[in-house]
Amino acid sequence: MLRLEPRREPSKAMQVLTPVFAVALTIIAGLVLFTILGKDPFRAIWLIFFEPLTQTYALAELTVKGTPLILIGAGLAMGFRAGVWNIGAEGQFVAGALAGGSVALALHETAGLWIMPLMCLAGMLGGMAWAAVPAFLRTRFNANEILTSLMLVYVAILLLSALVHGPLRDPEGLNFPESRLFSESMTLPILIEGTRAHVGFILALLAIAVAWLFMERHLLGFQIKVQGQAPLAARFAGYSEKRIVWLCLLTSGALAGLAGTIEAAGPVGQLVPALPIGYGFTAIIVAFLGRLHPFGILLGGLLMALTYIGGEAAQIAMSLPSATTRVFQGMLLFFLLAMDVLVGSRIRWAPRQAAG
Amino acid sequence: MELVVNILLGIVIAATPLVFAAIGELVVEKSGVLNLGVEGMMIVGAIAGFSVTIQTGNYLAGVVAALVAGALMALLFGVLTQTLLANQVATGLALTMFGLGLAALWGQDYSGKAAGNFPKLDIPVLSDLPLVGKLLFGQDYLVYLSILLVVGVSWFFRKTRGGLIIRAIGENHDAAHAIGYPVVFYRYLTLLFGGACAGLGGAYLSVVQTPFWAEGMTAGRGWIALALVVFAAWRPGRALLGAYLFGGITILQLHSQGFGVKVEAQYLSMLPYLATIAVLVIISSDRLKVKLNAPACLTQPFRAAT
Repeated sequence: MLRLEPRREPSKAMQVLTPVFAVALTIIAGLVLFTILGKDPFRAIWLIFFEPLTQTYALAELTVKGTPLILIGAGLAMGFRAGVWNIGAEGQFVAGALAGGSVALALHETAGLWIMPLMCLAGMLGGMAWAAVPAFLRTRFNANEILTSLMLVYVAILLLSALVHGPLRDPEGLNFPESRLFSESMTLPILIEGTRAHVGFILALLAIAVAWLFMERHLLGFQIKVQGQAPLAARFAGYSEKRIVWLCLLTSGALAGLAGTIEAAGPVGQLVPALPIGYGFTAIIVAFLGRLHPFGILLGGLLMALTYIGGEAAQIAMSLPSATTRVFQGMLLFFLLAMDVLVGSRIRWAPRQAAG
Repeated sequence: MELVVNILLGIVIAATPLVFAAIGELVVEKSGVLNLGVEGMMIVGAIAGFSVTIQTGNYLAGVVAALVAGALMALLFGVLTQTLLANQVATGLALTMFGLGLAALWGQDYSGKAAGNFPKLDIPVLSDLPLVGKLLFGQDYLVYLSILLVVGVSWFFRKTRGGLIIRAIGENHDAAHAIGYPVVFYRYLTLLFGGACAGLGGAYLSVVQTPFWAEGMTAGRGWIALALVVFAAWRPGRALLGAYLFGGITILQLHSQGFGVKVEAQYLSMLPYLATIAVLVIISSDRLKVKLNAPACLTQPFRAAT
């Protein structure tokens, strides 16, 4: 029978290969899923995973959807490495969009190049403020950050809804729950004419580079890794756990907040209740798909963006339900976690033993 | 008086899904496993129960479908965390995301349909008593089941050998393994139980409480159930109390507008989530007590030494 045998050292090759295996298995499971739904499985897989790569517009869209995923994923991965489980990035994303958007709305009659950086700064502060709550509650009161950060997601979404129904509603609009449209100084410059690709993607690339430098070249990055892998060793070395919790939550909150502002000031162009569409949760998958490594997260973010774009195309072309993309993303994370066993163990074919 | 009875009835109905989900997760955590996928199991149970009830017109069939669906989701979690030793926190998140997607896919044809009235206990004379009749003897059957379940789990952990074994596994799986108890087998059992309970809690929402299907209708109740287990200090009776407390907050939020409180609806809807945070803070701040009450092996993977 098959038996799992622990490896002496984690396999380097498997660390790179398991995400590839997981994607392959997801595609196979997708073929089965579409057959059950009564749709042409090969056409659906082609539309979701390959067709977007052949069109310029879809490639540009890849950067639009990839930007928030990469930014948030890079921040979350840092915390996951330290065993700090911030799963409320969706809430920090909304808080950031609200803060950045409020700056834009307060300045709607002015113009200037300085507005956009100010909005981004406000967005980062908004996300940090939202993430500071679980950080404070964990370090001061020992409250589990998984549950507190998640509860704050619902609070943030309700707050956004309340504000766009109330004080932030467009005074010249038709009473729709949405803010004014952002003016030109408040929207991100477009990178490629005729597409929606904006400069936010460059910020995402920059964040990846900084995250890599920080995690691989800075002492604090090393402390984060020790904290996650060997908390006792971290304590003996005198690393402050509280400092690491604060650092991880504030950084991931700032990046999620920045992503929120970029989303509002980029493809959406105003504040609407439907602004959060789950990037904060999908970014968790991105972080794991990228093996919590900045370069991996870049690839993982683009791949998940592909499933969004391809999923939309397949919905329109084959009248697939919109939930299909989410089922796909969930399956991908499952396969990824299942395949992870190959990093630490090898599968051996062993004769059946008397007592397993 | 009539109003008070109506409010109490509302609290019971709002609390029952939380009772089911929390008591299931409590048993899972007692065995040393943290399944963060309660939300996902609940929503799949909700659509399974709802769709089967609509298709067959039989409430019992719907309830069974929800139990099975929740347990199957938990089985998936078990294979990943117990057999393949995947990280429990990450797998629980995956289960929730997958469950929300799967339920949305499954439920797309069921929006806007209604499930009708779930059968209620009806004892001649007793159920017709003024005031207390409806409250004590006129609830739907699942309410009584939820209370029996809490009493049963409490008795199981206090008085039975099986309960003792599960507690031992949760406190020290290596010692339990050394004595010869099959750790992984028992953890699969508690996971299946927890999944079935969460599924039933979901079905209570869609089949009894609302009774219709809406995408994402669990709205964080699975996560609140997880917080309730911490609040309850892993004691069944206190989980019941906590669930009813939350039922009270939900009803307060619904009725406060009727009383003329001039606040926008969104702010009132934040109440249950803010209350969850407040409760967590109050309970967790006593570190020593949490450490004493929590199963010592919670979230630790078990690998038998060979």
